[in-house]
Amino acid sequence: MSTPPPTPPTSGWRTWGGILLVPVLAIFTALVIGAIIIVATGADVIAAYGGLFMGAIGSPRAIAYTLVEATPYIFGGLAVLIGFRAGLFNIGVEGQIAVGSMCAAVVGAFVSLPPGLHAVVAFIAGALGGALWGAIPGWLRARTGAHEVITTIMFNYIAIRSTDYLIKVPFLDKASSSQRTPFIAEGAQLPFLFGPDYRLHVGFLIAIVAAVATAWILKRTIIGFEIRTTGANPDAAHYAGMNVPRTIILTMALSGLMAGMAGASQVLGLEHNLKASFSAGYGFDSIAIALLAASNPLGVIPAAMFWGALRNGAGLMQLNSGISINLINIVQALVIAFVAADQIVRQIYRIRSARSAGITLSRGWGR
Amino acid sequence: MPPVLEVRNLTKRFPGITATDAVNFTLEAGEIHAFLGENGAGKSTLMNMLYGLYRPDEGQILLNGQAVQINGANDAIKRGLGMVHQHFMLVPTLTVTENIILGNEVVNGLLIDIASAQQRIRTLAQTFGLDIPVDAVVHDLPVGVQQRVEIVKALYRGADILILDEPTAVLTPQEADDLFVVIKRLKAQGKSIIFISHKLREVLALADRISVLRRGKLVGDTTPDQADEAKLASMMVGRDVVLHIEKRPATPGEVVLDINHLQVADERGNIAVSDVSLQIHRGEIVGIAGVQGNGQTELVAAVTGLIQPLHGTIVVAGADITGQGTNRAIDAGMGHIPEDRQQHGLVLSYSIADNMVLSTYDIAPFATGLIINEAPIAAQATALVQRFDVRTGSIDALASTLSGGNQQKVVVARELARPLNLLVAAQPTRGLDVGSIEFIHKSIVAERDNGTGVLLVSAELDEILALADRILVMYRGQIIAEVPGAGADRNQIGLLMAGITSTGAQA
Amino acid sequence: MQNFFTRERIISLIGIITALALLWLVHQSVPNGAISTLRIPYANGKPQDAPLIDIPLPTALTIYVLAGILVGVAIGLMWGKRADLAPAYMGGVIAVVIISILLTAIVNNRTDIVDMLGRMVRLATPITLGALAGILCERSGVVNIAIEGTMLFSACIGFIVSLAFGNSWIGLIAAILAGSAIVMIHAVLSLYYKTDQIISGTVINILAVGVTGYLRTSMILPMEAGGNHGAALPQFDIPLLSSIPVLGPMFFQHRPITYLMLIMVPLVSLMLFRTPWGLRTRAIGEHPRAADTMGINVNRMRYFNVWISGMIAGLAGAWFSLEASYNFDDVMTNGRGFIALAAMIFGNWTPFGALSGALLFSAADALQIKIQGFDFALPSQFVQMLPYVITVVVLAGVIGRARPPAAVGKTYEP
Repeated sequence: MSTPPPTPPTSGWRTWGGILLVPVLAIFTALVIGAIIIVATGADVIAAYGGLFMGAIGSPRAIAYTLVEATPYIFGGLAVLIGFRAGLFNIGVEGQIAVGSMCAAVVGAFVSLPPGLHAVVAFIAGALGGALWGAIPGWLRARTGAHEVITTIMFNYIAIRSTDYLIKVPFLDKASSSQRTPFIAEGAQLPFLFGPDYRLHVGFLIAIVAAVATAWILKRTIIGFEIRTTGANPDAAHYAGMNVPRTIILTMALSGLMAGMAGASQVLGLEHNLKASFSAGYGFDSIAIALLAASNPLGVIPAAMFWGALRNGAGLMQLNSGISINLINIVQALVIAFVAADQIVRQIYRIRSARSAGITLSRGWGR
Repeated sequence: MPPVLEVRNLTKRFPGITATDAVNFTLEAGEIHAFLGENGAGKSTLMNMLYGLYRPDEGQILLNGQAVQINGANDAIKRGLGMVHQHFMLVPTLTVTENIILGNEVVNGLLIDIASAQQRIRTLAQTFGLDIPVDAVVHDLPVGVQQRVEIVKALYRGADILILDEPTAVLTPQEADDLFVVIKRLKAQGKSIIFISHKLREVLALADRISVLRRGKLVGDTTPDQADEAKLASMMVGRDVVLHIEKRPATPGEVVLDINHLQVADERGNIAVSDVSLQIHRGEIVGIAGVQGNGQTELVAAVTGLIQPLHGTIVVAGADITGQGTNRAIDAGMGHIPEDRQQHGLVLSYSIADNMVLSTYDIAPFATGLIINEAPIAAQATALVQRFDVRTGSIDALASTLSGGNQQKVVVARELARPLNLLVAAQPTRGLDVGSIEFIHKSIVAERDNGTGVLLVSAELDEILALADRILVMYRGQIIAEVPGAGADRNQIGLLMAGITSTGAQA
Repeated sequence: MQNFFTRERIISLIGIITALALLWLVHQSVPNGAISTLRIPYANGKPQDAPLIDIPLPTALTIYVLAGILVGVAIGLMWGKRADLAPAYMGGVIAVVIISILLTAIVNNRTDIVDMLGRMVRLATPITLGALAGILCERSGVVNIAIEGTMLFSACIGFIVSLAFGNSWIGLIAAILAGSAIVMIHAVLSLYYKTDQIISGTVINILAVGVTGYLRTSMILPMEAGGNHGAALPQFDIPLLSSIPVLGPMFFQHRPITYLMLIMVPLVSLMLFRTPWGLRTRAIGEHPRAADTMGINVNRMRYFNVWISGMIAGLAGAWFSLEASYNFDDVMTNGRGFIALAAMIFGNWTPFGALSGALLFSAADALQIKIQGFDFALPSQFVQMLPYVITVVVLAGVIGRARPPAAVGKTYEP
């Protein structure tokens, strides 16, 4: 009888347990602190969290709504994550979503194409709009060294002001009393999966595919290898003959592409038009999801679903307990804090320290 | 009178290694005490304990007969210890004065009193014959001057015992001579000096007493008149070892690297390579000898496509690759073993397998179109790990888990795995163990015998002498002499490295 | 291709394109022979009083001359050897754009230019203070992108305390303390837990949005509904100095936080470059190990500097809710914390440089407010965008020449 070879450290449930442990404990700790805040405000924790839970997954419809909420977060989380893998911090998801949804809304409403094809073209237009909006800060970073943390934030403001103008002036639906673009053509809509009552649309499936595709691209393609090497050691990438500036631009474009798809999927699948002041803090939420997913593209799916559940349940929580839905933002920030500084969680729960994902972003402002 | 410094049974253990093992020595007032030892012999650990940066596990340190515990640099400074580190501890953006007074500022009210500080510094510098420009910004100063600033910094804090850690490693022979004059003057003024080196001749010329460290143990305590180079060398290494590589005479073929009038600037825009033309043929090793910082780094960077030269051309195997980037250089059949393997040669968070294809990941058989094929990558890694004797449990182990020698073997294996026209090897064995050095030297010679041209840059003259078929001496951005490798004279090259060309070299 | 487009040439091209855009702007919206009049009133005069002087400028001709200068300098810059002039040129381009838009907006009309200059200084306050906070952190080797969140949080806390006590001075102190408290999260995460400094800064930015949103709905709105207590910090005119024409309204007719900003710029500069604390700060941001061997406790100094920077950012936050208005809105800092970082980079990590960078941005802000009253060719959204566009252009143009502290963003382990 021969002894079995020792299990390599990269497989088995123990490792999965190790990967999941910190995020789960981070969420748990954040919820506990949230509960303390609720008590401090003099409200009923059971009513609040009960409402949160029922609102999120208490019925088939609640679950469907949670998945609807999760859809843009999946795209957004992927967008941030792709940047992380190349050592880039894309805080511009918000603006890229705005541009993506603008492009999709305009193509959906102002271009005529055969049904179905129209939806495809409008979706691609949105995705490319986001990609372009991400590629510009990428180009600035690669060619001038302007740090993407600041430029992408500035591009958020520029995108939001520009789309505000475009919605209110050239593409305004003059037939409507509210400030929004016209409804997109029926043939440009992404179909609902279970009918309009459940609101869950094809965009959710595209998001799942996008997550799988991202995982595959990062692991199994030349581009993914270049992205990962640039993130792990840009000097070594340069020495090995890789074109680091091109990789940076490509990464930001790919990242923006994901964000653009988030916008397109919201407009074409759910809203069917674009209102002034449309996006609602997706940028920062996406960072949280990417961190929660520990830089694993497939991990983005459950992380985004958790986020969708929080968002979706917040309404019922407020109704049941009078707690402001902003409590969710606090819980969210705490989750990020605990995931980012996993040493804190490990210290609280006395878990032995493991090798962490080790994202390195602060390489200074210059090149 | 008790000795200024006495060390009794000093022991420091790190996980898996005893860095210093029950070391004893004494330092008398006005004495120059040299410590000899190879890399990793425990010299730095010993000095870091004296300077309070490490806490000893066992043993005692006595200053003027008093047992003391030194808690950190501040405490060491207070007790009259001063240290000149091998890598200078100067802030490059600050002025000389600011660097010297840092942490020990003279104030007038709330503000720093620069004028009186400078007065003190000037007086001090004059006393010891140390010429330094007090207002200059440190990064504008030559290395030798920076070292004087380091010494004044220690004296400014009232150091009576000066520890000099490998002070001549970065100096030209001439600058080193200047330093020796300074050290002797310090001694004459009553300072005690600990001098760390692995250069035998220096130690013999300068020291009053010599201690030899090997693997953490003090293996010898002697004086210059009782010892000679051979004796010291065998004490240091533990056996009679001379670096020697079996190699046949070179059979140079056609020109494979042709550099014409190359001019290259360094990071700060100063001309580092002023006008270099050289040719390398297939099947020969051309060694560039020179003191560090004479333009070798920039020459290599330009040849390998990392930076763009200001003027001149670089032609590899008939292809002009001047300023066209690293990818173009690789396409022209160039391999590059970079100076800094951890920062530039490897992705430490990658597996050995991925590191083995870092520059060939995008071509067959490792990729088909855009898709990476894992099986051929694994097969390649398995074969190379065997061929280059990389000691590891698995090709999936991360590069960061390997020892320095094995990390360098991964780099060498990767670069030699593809057919090369030219190999550029920069400091290929720096900081490695003897076994790895031998293996890498043999690999380079074997590559030469395959018909590859080799450009070897090394700060170790012994390495150049052992490997090179032709030796070019680089000084202040220029090739000032060429010497045949066979039978080259060590002293002659030493003089050339200092820029002295009068002794019959063919320039 | 890549070789031709050096940074200087790209900046020159931007200058030329800008000049062409200005010509187009004139062509579109300036009638022939139009005059724009800049009015300089007496320092303490009322709007209806006679002015000190009116400067009539031929609108089109003035802009043509400015555009011509831009193009001329651009050509010189493209083939000259003075790459070091590029940042100054970029500042010039931005100034010309602002002046041209102003002149075009007030065509055949006149406007009080001194009022705009005074507003420029006022609006530069939070940006300059934020940049000073950034300088203190970064000079010691800590990246602080949490300034935005720190400002927002202190604006909120300051306002709540001010409402509670009915005294905005107490609110001001509370804001400073709040800033110094929340920024310690960044310090602990990045210095003790060694989290990536950009991530830990982002944590504060997100936390601030959540907490202030929560506090606004759960505390501020109910308090305000119960009757408004207190008022914004009052304006003090400095006797004598405030009646100097132009300079008086620019520098001596302000509220407390703006005065504090004007005092702190030279003060921080003096401290940074002339005191032992400043010398040590610069040393640990550049070469922490060298400082350590000189017996300086690197991480303790970093904690201290981050803490002080939190106070300054807190002061900047108070400007929003206690000085510029007496109010708190969700995300009212509107990216000023990030613009402050751009001003810091523009100013090469020096206080006076940061002030000049802040003035570029605030000039764009002041312009936007100024031309609201006039009929202008461009939609308001585009003028509102100007500070953000300027930030991007400045970053892209200056970065290559600016040299951040070498050890910034790196954790130090003794």
